[in-house]
Amino acid sequence: MADGIVTLTTSTFDETVASSDKPILVDFWAEWCGPCKMIAPILGEIATENPGITIAKLNVDENPDIAMRFNVMSIPTLLVFNQGEVQKRLVGAKGKGQLLQELNEFLPTSR
Amino acid sequence: MSHHPVLIIGSGPAGLTAAIYSARANLAPLVIEGEPSSTSDQPGGQLMLTTEVENFPGFPEGIMGPDLMLRMREQAARFGAQFLTEKVTAVDFTERPFRVWVREQLYTADAIIVSTGAQSLMLGLESESRLLGHGLSTCATCDGFFFRGQEIAVVGGGDSAVEEASFLTKFASKVILIVRRDELRASKIMQERAFSNPKIELRWNTVVDDLVGEHKLEGAIVRNVVTGEVTTLPVTGLFVAIGHRPNTDLFKGVLAMEDNGYLITRPGSSYTDVEGVFACGDVQDHTYRQAITAAGSGCIAAIDTERWLEAVGHSSHA
Repeated sequence: MADGIVTLTTSTFDETVASSDKPILVDFWAEWCGPCKMIAPILGEIATENPGITIAKLNVDENPDIAMRFNVMSIPTLLVFNQGEVQKRLVGAKGKGQLLQELNEFLPTSR
Repeated sequence: MSHHPVLIIGSGPAGLTAAIYSARANLAPLVIEGEPSSTSDQPGGQLMLTTEVENFPGFPEGIMGPDLMLRMREQAARFGAQFLTEKVTAVDFTERPFRVWVREQLYTADAIIVSTGAQSLMLGLESESRLLGHGLSTCATCDGFFFRGQEIAVVGGGDSAVEEASFLTKFASKVILIVRRDELRASKIMQERAFSNPKIELRWNTVVDDLVGEHKLEGAIVRNVVTGEVTTLPVTGLFVAIGHRPNTDLFKGVLAMEDNGYLITRPGSSYTDVEGVFACGDVQDHTYRQAITAAGSGCIAAIDTERWLEAVGHSSHA
């Protein structure tokens, strides 16, 4: 996690999400998705600037079972988990300002 | 506030080509490239939502749309173009220097190049916003993968509709192409692709009246405009490719535009009706709408801008 983003796979997903003591945002993405590539650097910045939230990514190509379990039908989809439960679902790429606004409730340090 | 000799709004092939040319002319352009989104109204423009681009000269094996745009952006940055990943919220072109706002932030410029492009039209149904991202999609390349082995539909009869339908057959068991007329508007080569693909089924003279499904798409209610017959197609995915509208809301009452919203440029040039404001790419072209024609018109806009700045006595040092 050189860029501060945790890479999740089918084998690590459940445990990481369940055991996280802070909110965890999972970016469902794939190599062939242009909008996913556009938001990747933004998520990197958010990860660096907001230690109060964990930013993770899951490649839907390699881990289709997890994507299917959460009914991901469009990427990028961002799911925010807290204590193992989905708290927020954001579908589609957004700019940094809009993303931060949507994530505000999970970013205690930014207030 | 920051001042720039040239400010470019939009970053598709037109805007980025204009940026490459004006950066190489020492005009230190600022490109306000837009914000990420899942529609074509985003940095890089419509090509960000495509897969293989087979007709851009210089790439005999083809190139992925997003890769092509990334390369154009790098090329512009190499010569000193600056980028701002934001969306312009207001403009004032009534006096020079021209003024452009991103929320409260003001940018001024001696010359403006408008290359905001066009974006996909939606069906205009109430159910659309509810099901967008839940079976209804504007991006086949992003979402096609999720419809492996399923029956889906594409609405539209142009090149992009056929391209999407062909692409989606890689995943779907069947793709129904819903066409409003009794023929395709798509080019010959694309038509042949549609007709020869056993997974594509054509539905002529058909329009979508409504979508079925509360939390995810379960079907599309379609009507044959000739017979009046209404049927429900049990599709789990619906991709919309029915045409485009120019991104010109920002310029209403500011720049001369046609009734359909496309900016008017002086024939054979990029001059708009406001001196010092130039336009290029799809925002002023509803005829050709190709990556290469957009890039070509971006070059025209950069050269027009450079010559105009020289004529009004601007020194090309930032």
